[in-house]
Amino acid sequence: MAIIGNPKYTERIERHLAKYETRRSAVMPLLYIAQEEYGWVSSEGIGEVAQLLNLDPTQVKSIAGFYTMYSEKPKGKYWLQVCTDLPCALQGADDFHAWLKQELGVAEGGTTDDGLFTVEHVMCLAACDKAPMLQCNFRYVEELDQDKMRQLLAKWRSEANGRG
Amino acid sequence: MHILLRGRDTPNIKQLDVYEAHDGFAGLRGALAMTPAEVIDVVKASGLRGRGGAGFPTGVKWSFIPQHEPIKYVTVNADESETGTFKDREIMEENPYQLLEGSLICAYAIQAKAVYIYLRGEFWDIGDQLDDCIEALRAKGLVGENILGSGYDCEVYTHLGAGAYICGEESALLNSLEGYLGQPRVRPPFPAQKGGGLYKEATVVNNVETLANVPFIMTQGAAAFKAIGTEQSAGNKIYCVSGHVKKPGNYELPMGSTFRELLYDHAGGPLHDDRPFKAMLPSGGSGPIVPLTDEVLDTRMSYEDCASIGTIIGSASIIIMDESVDMTWVASKVTKFFKHESCGKCTPCREGTYWLDKVIDRILDGRGTADDVKRIADVAENMAGTTLCALGDFAANPIIHTIRHFPDDFAQHVQA
Repeated sequence: MAIIGNPKYTERIERHLAKYETRRSAVMPLLYIAQEEYGWVSSEGIGEVAQLLNLDPTQVKSIAGFYTMYSEKPKGKYWLQVCTDLPCALQGADDFHAWLKQELGVAEGGTTDDGLFTVEHVMCLAACDKAPMLQCNFRYVEELDQDKMRQLLAKWRSEANGRG
Repeated sequence: MHILLRGRDTPNIKQLDVYEAHDGFAGLRGALAMTPAEVIDVVKASGLRGRGGAGFPTGVKWSFIPQHEPIKYVTVNADESETGTFKDREIMEENPYQLLEGSLICAYAIQAKAVYIYLRGEFWDIGDQLDDCIEALRAKGLVGENILGSGYDCEVYTHLGAGAYICGEESALLNSLEGYLGQPRVRPPFPAQKGGGLYKEATVVNNVETLANVPFIMTQGAAAFKAIGTEQSAGNKIYCVSGHVKKPGNYELPMGSTFRELLYDHAGGPLHDDRPFKAMLPSGGSGPIVPLTDEVLDTRMSYEDCASIGTIIGSASIIIMDESVDMTWVASKVTKFFKHESCGKCTPCREGTYWLDKVIDRILDGRGTADDVKRIADVAENMAGTTLCALGDFAANPIIHTIRHFPDDFAQHVQA
């Protein structure tokens, strides 16, 4: 596993390095690439991004820690982030979030024992007219209810098992 | 008539050929036939004001850029993170070329070498779509070197944030784009000045909705734009309605329409017929809350009229709450948002949001006292105006204004 020298990422890394005036500006897109490769921003990934940008790993780690979309620990295969901000909460998002954690048997931020699902709440995702909603691995799933969510969980479980 | 959400009238306007068939890039062609200073004059005359929240006159902002500086930039604020805001998303999903055209007109007007579109990270699919649009424009000579044979060169790039409300603040956005922590800068120098913008060069930072208005202004003329809306608030605005209404969503209406028209004629009135409206946050979590009285309902949605009822129209992220909602809970929700989103740089905001959250939790748990309500109002008043950016003021608002307008909602928790 690596991003440096990995043909999967060469073109993307070059494109990001080319679009800014400074190499440092590419730290955010390169952290996304590291997260894609390792599943989270691991210390290996941080080190590679630092090497590509001629930065100290500590500088890169501070960026990774500041932003919520970089995960500093491994997540489940399906990272479910439920918006519980005010507009969604007015449409029942707090109850939906509590139900989902109970349905999966996890605490806030926890991952199911099979490693499939991590559940946490997030701040406003700009989908306030489609509440309750969540993002699964950064893909929006909107206008949810318990029935629709049960079907989605079943679908994701079978997807995961099919690949396994 | 939609000026911005044109995808609702014209299917497939997100495709370049359809956009071009409907006056697409006529605004840019018109601008390229003028001098940059003339373009700025047209935008000034239109009365367009920034749609990100502050309402600063757009043409005036452009005119601050020193023309003698060799390098200038445009940065598009597509970080759309205000609680209750989801308008820029629809513009970029359904009418992306209009944003790109407006951005290029702005770039030409200030002679920028490049445009950077800063998208919130969750909008990565919109970023992919915009990247495809930019390549389609390059193939037609509308992006890159010598645009439409004018001799003007400009590149357009997208950049993804990664989950930080503060990056919608323009100086934090610039820091983030440069690969630093998304924290506000000390000003002056302001972004429009040498030393204050992107890579220390003079930079215009405009919201998506602001720039998406510019092609209409160039094709139809400043007078046509100014004819829409009120004296001080020209043009249409997209109002994002969420919360307790029957039909939440985006509604594009002239500025100066009333809250009553928006909430009853368009958004369908109260979600539950037996639960009247109680309160409204007209500018997301950051603006002052107001009781939704008849006087407020009949107020025109404009910069000047909203000031007269003690609030702001801001980005027009209109969150509606009915009589079932406890305003102490609302204050708690919004405070938790700002506590999470405080970047930690300024002490009043970092510590203030932390302690406000702790004390409101105590009040909600029934362990608070009447003194605690006074205490949070006092803390909030001491945060306002003491921070580098407006987040400190935003975080103070939900406390100060919920207590001012709904004292009984707090009293019920501390008198039991």
